[in-house]
Amino acid sequence: MFKDKDRYLSIILISPSILAVLIFVYGFIGWSVRVSLSNWKGLSPDYSWAGFKNYLELFSDPRFHVDVRNTLIFTGVFVIGSILLGFFMAVMLDQGLKGEGFFRSLFLFPMAISYIVTGVIWRWLMNPAEGSRMSGFNLLFTSLNLDFLVNKWHTTPTWGMAAIALAAIWQMSGYTMALYLAGLRSIPHELREAAQIDGANEIQIYRHIILPMLAPVTLSALIILGHMSLKVFDLIIAVAGKQLPLDVPAIYMWQTTFDGLFYGRGAAISILLLISVAVLIIPYIRYTLKTEAQQ
Amino acid sequence: MSKKFWYSLVAALVLSAIVLTSCGGGAAGKNQVEVFSWWTGGGEAAGLEAMIKIFQAEYPDIEFINATVAGGAGTNARAVLATRLQSGEPPDSWQGHAGQELIGTYVADGQIEPLNDLYEAEGWLAVMPETLIPLISADGNIYSVPVNIHRANVLWYNPAILEANGVAVPTTMDEWFAAMDTLQAAGVTPLAMGEQWTQMHLMETVLLGSLGADAYNGLWDGTTDWGSAEVTAALDNFAKVLTYTNSDAASLSWQDAAQLVVNGDAAFNVMGDWAEGYFRELGKAPMTDYGWAPVPGSVGVFQFLSDSFTLAVGAPHPEGATAWLKIAGSKAGQEAFNPVKGSICARTDCDPALFGEYLQSAMADWGSNVVVGSLAHGVVANDSWKSEIDTALGLFMAGPDVATFQAALVAACASSGPCQ
Repeated sequence: MFKDKDRYLSIILISPSILAVLIFVYGFIGWSVRVSLSNWKGLSPDYSWAGFKNYLELFSDPRFHVDVRNTLIFTGVFVIGSILLGFFMAVMLDQGLKGEGFFRSLFLFPMAISYIVTGVIWRWLMNPAEGSRMSGFNLLFTSLNLDFLVNKWHTTPTWGMAAIALAAIWQMSGYTMALYLAGLRSIPHELREAAQIDGANEIQIYRHIILPMLAPVTLSALIILGHMSLKVFDLIIAVAGKQLPLDVPAIYMWQTTFDGLFYGRGAAISILLLISVAVLIIPYIRYTLKTEAQQ
Repeated sequence: MSKKFWYSLVAALVLSAIVLTSCGGGAAGKNQVEVFSWWTGGGEAAGLEAMIKIFQAEYPDIEFINATVAGGAGTNARAVLATRLQSGEPPDSWQGHAGQELIGTYVADGQIEPLNDLYEAEGWLAVMPETLIPLISADGNIYSVPVNIHRANVLWYNPAILEANGVAVPTTMDEWFAAMDTLQAAGVTPLAMGEQWTQMHLMETVLLGSLGADAYNGLWDGTTDWGSAEVTAALDNFAKVLTYTNSDAASLSWQDAAQLVVNGDAAFNVMGDWAEGYFRELGKAPMTDYGWAPVPGSVGVFQFLSDSFTLAVGAPHPEGATAWLKIAGSKAGQEAFNPVKGSICARTDCDPALFGEYLQSAMADWGSNVVVGSLAHGVVANDSWKSEIDTALGLFMAGPDVATFQAALVAACASSGPCQ
């Protein structure tokens, strides 16, 4: 298939990136695993063998339990919310309304903003102050006489994380919309017409034709949003700073490593994060490669 | 050659250029000094600039490199510093909170040079308070040059609100609780509090106010038992103090919380005396818009923290670093820095006329009070211990249960403190 010259050239051309990936990705993953199995605490490296001590301590660490619970809440609200809202917006835009391009860009724009900016804006919008210092959403609700909607947002005990997820939904639902819109446009029009001729109503068409054909898009959205939410860090820091009720593994990892100098524990958290993302991503990559090979 | 080939070649070249430039370091010049700090804004940055001006007048041949990292009261800067130290590229001198934050982390790791000779040559031992020296020393060696002193145990209050409700400035815990009961009944928020680190700040002052100076010091050297009944009582006091705070604490910075007092939205706030600089910035007048007193129970005790500068082991420019430290410890340097930053000199011979009303009273207390160190600002506990206490405090704030909190504090002292 390749001429010899082409093959050598291609190997030479990709070797810098292969080398960089080997060292800076897999090399450092290996190094983190080693640190996570050590007693390293303090500024200078200490590679004495600790076995799985750091991991076992995390499993009984009340702070890590808070982190896992918060991650589950965030992931659930963020992924489900983005997919529902994204799908709804895509279906609306697919109706062929006037100014579709404008709305498409409008919904997609939040994605171009960094999480830090989103966080700062939503920090102000979700201000939980009461009385004369009330501002943001709460003030809006009060002036619209919707007082029952006034709440403590991200400072709500236990469920505060769901409020942070709202900001993330605002940012990423446009992206989910773009995914679904592309999916909708790729469904051949003949299928809908055939169903209509067979006497199917709109709901039946969505239920039996469009939704099944969008299943791969939903899977992609699930994976992309899911792995982002497991790693969430900057958005929370921007909205709430470092506060334990809104702690997630990434923040714990950063704080315990650089504020507390518990390098072994920090590395163990990072490896657990890597495993949780890998559990989500690897089956997806295998599935995609298989389908691509079939095509 | 195809178009594809040229595109690929360009991509490969760009990539290797990026890799190469990120590996190269800056060449070390001869007459330089690199000083690393987190003083990037407000009075701190202005104070540093004033000190740099004096440095440049004194040592015109030495180029001053002002390496600052913004954010998080130094937490970001310290993460950067840790990385630089681990890769063997220390700045010549860096800022650190005097006390265990420097000793427990950098001295324990052999990263800072002792400065005893410099102290003797410059005669600093005679002009700096005796109580300060043991706190910045380990095994008889002095490790940093303190530039300023801040007070942590200050109770800020709104004089108009206290007067309107017939409340006197409290001096004991019981008086404070009674005062806050009155205020709460009158519909006033008694105590303004902010995000998590300000909660730790409040906790340490309540521990001090409840335990007294000796038992409080004992917490940090292992002579006071964290599991004892007196600590339980102190933590119960802290839990009770929390019941008087504003409901939106978690969303407020220290500035937001302090501002509630001068704006008349809350009666009290516990914050270090950098709050005074902030009140002045807001155009408020001392004793009319805001008043101050030691936190109840800690009258006659000065809970301090201090910013100080070090000399790195293996500093690329040791002469420049020494020159910088001489300025940082000098009367001229401290008199330039402190009035702008809103703190008092670590030296006792600064001219009081340069300072405002509050700072003059702090200078008088600094000379006469019992001195203890602050937890939230790195004097009494090393970084690991402090971070474990912070986690325990955060869990406590989410679900108030004093017994669990105290058990976590006992465990923190055993794992990272002196209670082996």
